Amino acid sequence: MTPVVRGQVVEFKDHLAAMGIVAEELSPLAGITAQLKLQTADWGKAARVAAQQRFRWSAIWGDHQSPDIEIKALFFGTDGHLLLQTNVPEKSAELASHTPFYVAASRPERYLHDMFGVTFTDNHDSRRWGRHQAWAETDFPLLESFPVGGFPAKETPPDSGYPFEPVAGAGVYEIPVGPVHAGIIEPGHFRFQALGENILRLEERLGYVHKGIEKIAVGRDLAGLIRLAGRVSGDSTVAHSWAACQAVERALQISPPPRASALRAILAERERIANHLGDIGAICNDVGFAFAQYQMSRLRELWQRQNQQLTGHRLLMDSLCPGGVTVDLDQSSMIAMREEIVQLRTEIEELLPLLLEYPSLQDRLSDYAILSPETAEQLGAVGYVGRASQLADDLRRDAPYPPYHELKIKVPVFSTGDLTKRLRVRGEEILISLDLLVKLLRAIPSGPLVTSFSLPNHEIEGIGLVEGWRGETLAYLRLDEQGRVVRYFPRDPSWLTWQALELMLDGVIVPDFPVCNKSVNGSYAGHDL
Amino acid sequence: MFRIYNKIRRTGKVTEPFRIDDDQVAELGTACQKEIARYFSGSLAIRMVDAGSCNGCELEMHAVNNSFYDIERFGIHFVASPRHADLLLVTGVVSRHMQEALKRTYAATPSPKLVVAMGDCAGHGGEFGESYASCGPVSNVIPVDAIIPGCPPTPIQLMQGILQLLQKK
Ligand code: SF4
Repeated sequence: MTPVVRGQVVEFKDHLAAMGIVAEELSPLAGITAQLKLQTADWGKAARVAAQQRFRWSAIWGDHQSPDIEIKALFFGTDGHLLLQTNVPEKSAELASHTPFYVAASRPERYLHDMFGVTFTDNHDSRRWGRHQAWAETDFPLLESFPVGGFPAKETPPDSGYPFEPVAGAGVYEIPVGPVHAGIIEPGHFRFQALGENILRLEERLGYVHKGIEKIAVGRDLAGLIRLAGRVSGDSTVAHSWAACQAVERALQISPPPRASALRAILAERERIANHLGDIGAICNDVGFAFAQYQMSRLRELWQRQNQQLTGHRLLMDSLCPGGVTVDLDQSSMIAMREEIVQLRTEIEELLPLLLEYPSLQDRLSDYAILSPETAEQLGAVGYVGRASQLADDLRRDAPYPPYHELKIKVPVFSTGDLTKRLRVRGEEILISLDLLVKLLRAIPSGPLVTSFSLPNHEIEGIGLVEGWRGETLAYLRLDEQGRVVRYFPRDPSWLTWQALELMLDGVIVPDFPVCNKSVNGSYAGHDL
Repeated sequence: MFRIYNKIRRTGKVTEPFRIDDDQVAELGTACQKEIARYFSGSLAIRMVDAGSCNGCELEMHAVNNSFYDIERFGIHFVASPRHADLLLVTGVVSRHMQEALKRTYAATPSPKLVVAMGDCAGHGGEFGESYASCGPVSNVIPVDAIIPGCPPTPIQLMQGILQLLQKK
């Protein structure tokens, strides 16, 4: 398969017109290439045109502004992001689905239904997704009238009646796993249908760690918002807080000082490296290769200790603030960091070939759990999952923001989509990030750490889009005239990779599921919100 | 194969003695071990439950198993089933969607059992608190024996928290 060639976002309006669809061109939010307002009736058709242009489907979210619910959907083309929007009345909230053209839209639409009550008419899957039993089918937590405390029963029953899709046949049996798993891992439910050892089908059921992040964000000030954003997914604290800060800054039409941007990138690359180190070890460990686990977790620990030295936090939490950063690097920590980079590079350059050439490890990982490039494209898979299957999107290169716009970003890409490739992408990304760190340190600008700002006396909105270690990470934000949050929607990249896990299990046996899961490593917290 | 052995040899031993802080050089792990010998015949089995965390606490729980801390050398290990556990280590606020799962896990753990709430969320509600989706801290759902503050607690703080609980017993 040849690499995906996508259409131009700027030409989208003309393509719509050719189909007889009239769209109103809005002045786009900062960071977005084009923003169009559609008639409700054209919502589904527009997705068809987007699919013809081979745009990647990225996200959908709602925003209740009584008496309407505004729906926004994000796409990605060769020249950046396209934002489509439309309004549905809260009283009869119905909209055509994007799922006939984009598989990826199904769960986000089901979630949107559970939170806002919008029905997507031709989504063939109308089952609940975000909702279990904590609120009634007729309640929608993200409507303005729904109180943040809700109407909870003293005991919330388990969602045991959830209608999993059955698979029938002689000898087919079901294995339910979770929400409490066997290892140190987040909760979720996996329903396997198996024949002997072979997995016939896996169905995921997530939403167990839904904590109401979007609802409890409402009314927060900016500091409170960024604290929360840093805890959407603990392993992606830099990614989510950067996205949220960027949304604030774009809404306010300010930019962080150059030094702050450079420091943010340093933090983001450190986060990427730490997580990749952990994942490489864990993937190998799941096929019984403990050597890699011990080596990688040793390197990760050293890296986290350096995080502590540099920022006062082992996971880098609370290092960003609207307008800039809360941490700085002095001369001595820059020297320490340079030494650490050299050391890690030496170790990785020694360890990676060792793993990739070790026959009994490769025997377990090569040509196994394959996500084909075609399936990856249909899902719009991002990050290392996409890159192992020929989808090379990387916002640092393809929709760059400071300081990446001044850096050359290498993106490792493979076409076979097997387990080894998902491991290799991580390994190569560690080396690339180390290079970036060297460059960032060499050219770090001096100057202030924060751009000061005052709040305008009117409502503002903004969108943040950054390349987290898992891939494209989004934050949408609307603030009232006092700068308090009216709407915060964080979209973790895991939304676009969880489904990939279900679709890579052809020929995989049940005991190998954990390594497949690890190779995707979706965030439960970031997905469930 | 030789390269692997060679790497192991050159890496050497990185495991560290536990120091609570500089002037109080106590061997935390060894202290734990003594208490564990007293109450749990030498081995303390932990079942972790993420009841609604951001996953930050889990990362540090993983860390206590790395070669630097190697918590297992003190007889503390993580088990796959609550039925094998002496202690439940719970992270996160308890999301309402996890309420029943947590209660069942608690019920499945044989008595006598201990419950430790790890992190500010589990201890006091942290950043998420109580809402339509969250029951708040763990103590709102099952009895809690100790709270380990931090967001997330560091591996050392986690060790310390477990020791303090054992010493209190
Ligand atoms: S205490 Fe902090 S790290 Fe732990 S789950 Fe809560 S927010 Fe995450």
